[in-house]
Amino acid sequence: MAAAAARFFDSDLWWSFSRSPVAVLSAVVALLCIGGAVLAPWIAPQDPFDLATLNLSDAFKPPAWAEEGDAGFPLGSDDQGRDVLSAIMHGARVSLLVGVCAVLFSTLLGVSVGLTAGYLGGTADALLMRIADIQLTFPSILVALLVDGVVRAALPRETHDQIALFVVIFAIGISNWPQFARTVRGSTLVERNKEYVLAARVIGLSRLRIMLTHVLPNVLGPVLVIATLNLGFAILAEATLSFLGVGVPPTQPSLGTLIRIGNDFLMSGEWWITIFPGVALVAMVLSVNLLGDWLRDALNPRLR
Amino acid sequence: MFAFILSRLLQALPVMLVVALIAFAMFAYVGDPVSIMLGQDFTEAQRDALVRDLGLDQPFFVQFARFVGNAVQGEFGLSYRLSRPVAELIAERAPATLELASCAAAIALFVGVPMGVFTGLYRRSWLSRFFLTFSLIGVSLPTFLIGILLILIFSVWLGWLPSFGRGEVVQIGAWSTGFLTGAGLKALVLPSITLGLFQLTLIMRLVRAEMLEVLRTDYIKFARARGLADRTVNFGHALKNTLVPVITIAGLQFGSIIAFAIVTETVFQWPGMGLLFIQSVGAADIPVMAAYLMLIALVFVAINLVVDLLYFAVDPRLRADRGAVRGT
Repeated sequence: MAAAAARFFDSDLWWSFSRSPVAVLSAVVALLCIGGAVLAPWIAPQDPFDLATLNLSDAFKPPAWAEEGDAGFPLGSDDQGRDVLSAIMHGARVSLLVGVCAVLFSTLLGVSVGLTAGYLGGTADALLMRIADIQLTFPSILVALLVDGVVRAALPRETHDQIALFVVIFAIGISNWPQFARTVRGSTLVERNKEYVLAARVIGLSRLRIMLTHVLPNVLGPVLVIATLNLGFAILAEATLSFLGVGVPPTQPSLGTLIRIGNDFLMSGEWWITIFPGVALVAMVLSVNLLGDWLRDALNPRLR
Repeated sequence: MFAFILSRLLQALPVMLVVALIAFAMFAYVGDPVSIMLGQDFTEAQRDALVRDLGLDQPFFVQFARFVGNAVQGEFGLSYRLSRPVAELIAERAPATLELASCAAAIALFVGVPMGVFTGLYRRSWLSRFFLTFSLIGVSLPTFLIGILLILIFSVWLGWLPSFGRGEVVQIGAWSTGFLTGAGLKALVLPSITLGLFQLTLIMRLVRAEMLEVLRTDYIKFARARGLADRTVNFGHALKNTLVPVITIAGLQFGSIIAFAIVTETVFQWPGMGLLFIQSVGAADIPVMAAYLMLIALVFVAINLVVDLLYFAVDPRLRADRGAVRGT
């Protein structure tokens, strides 16, 4: 373990990381956001879902530093006396969960399609990539909205409410697989004609086995970078869907839901209910994106 | 030229058919139109009659052909939610969205291109740095947050501009416009900035990158060596050669302006097609969703075609060498 750690701190990647202030700063912000989100049930000042702890007389408290602020509500409170900071931490948890699952889903789908298309070639390749092209013509947020709308129409209301989280993950994941498929297909086309693949074919391994154990590990490098950059996108897509009121159910508010709810109080001057979740969202997405940019440059040998 | 347009149209046809198939599948398999239209009380005979009237007893391909035939004529049936013809609903809402989208596109182009040229020419000036930082913010803020921030600053705190709706509109035939009244123009400001900001920053960064690329080339050095005025070189030679990628991206981005109009229209309660669509998604109103899907697909296909045609206007090489077009 210690040896592995020593090797890591000696690596190119760590060197390039420690030399980039932007990367270090975004890593700190990202870790803060993720830590706050994951540990929310234990470290949040209040449980926003426990109606017993809510008190309507605490409603609409401005942030602690304002004149009428209350130290118990560092970022103020909303219309039901919920602590905004606690709501943000729990909301970030939902946003992060949906984002990570959606990225995993599109990675899995995109890598399988890209690998199949690239390795098999011919009609399968032409067909799969044509589908990817058509989907890429449309903005992915539109695809996610449509998928969500169709599933909503196909299922009865109660069933939909129960599985709404999965629907959102599915909608965002399916709207973003072509990027993965294209990249993986490109590298598979290169790998397919290399000698080790030829050797594997000569000893009579099955196609599936060659694709999974020989080609796949060699095309995964760029996938990591796309996945990091896509996490930011997926979190934003979830926030947008929830803001539009078609994302996660109101019983499990994400950052987007919080912004939408807070938006109703904007005109009466209670800006903190909507602005702070917005700031949290931007901090999370921006730090993840900057990390992704850094990773892309750090892993690109031409830029070294 | 004519053959090129024809081949592009032939390529667009399968795309439209696939989209039509998806839209039709939504109609056919999601929800049950018969039970929705019949309501609570009906006899078996009434039900059979309606099924026959709607043609639901016909084979799949006959139904699909009929759907496509109707769609070509702009006929999508009645909205489940509002019980009015879908075509009428969309026609009523379209002017609002189109005015908003074209204002946003105009802002993005007429502010983004000059900013890009400036930051490309004067790389080290403090104004360029300010523009670049500003563009980083524009890229990372989600559309709805930009809208909320603008409302907070200009409507709530300063009280200068309205935060929702189109203000006063003037009806000219079937078209309602907000361009002719003061209130209508004021109502356009915040939504168009919200919608155009992301595209603005994108275009600015693109023009800057292309300018930096072009300014290094030999023909620019040669043009300067000939003693041409800076303005002629910068705008006549350099800017003109950056335009091909800018047109591509700007064209394709007009599509995403229409997609993100959904978000902007929700923030500002703008009575356009996007708001109609999002309300339909919430209410599972399939006819409206299907019609909107087909309309958006048509817009995208049309934009791609126009972008391809603009290449001809901007890049003389394409007119000389037809073969290169297929590579694009």
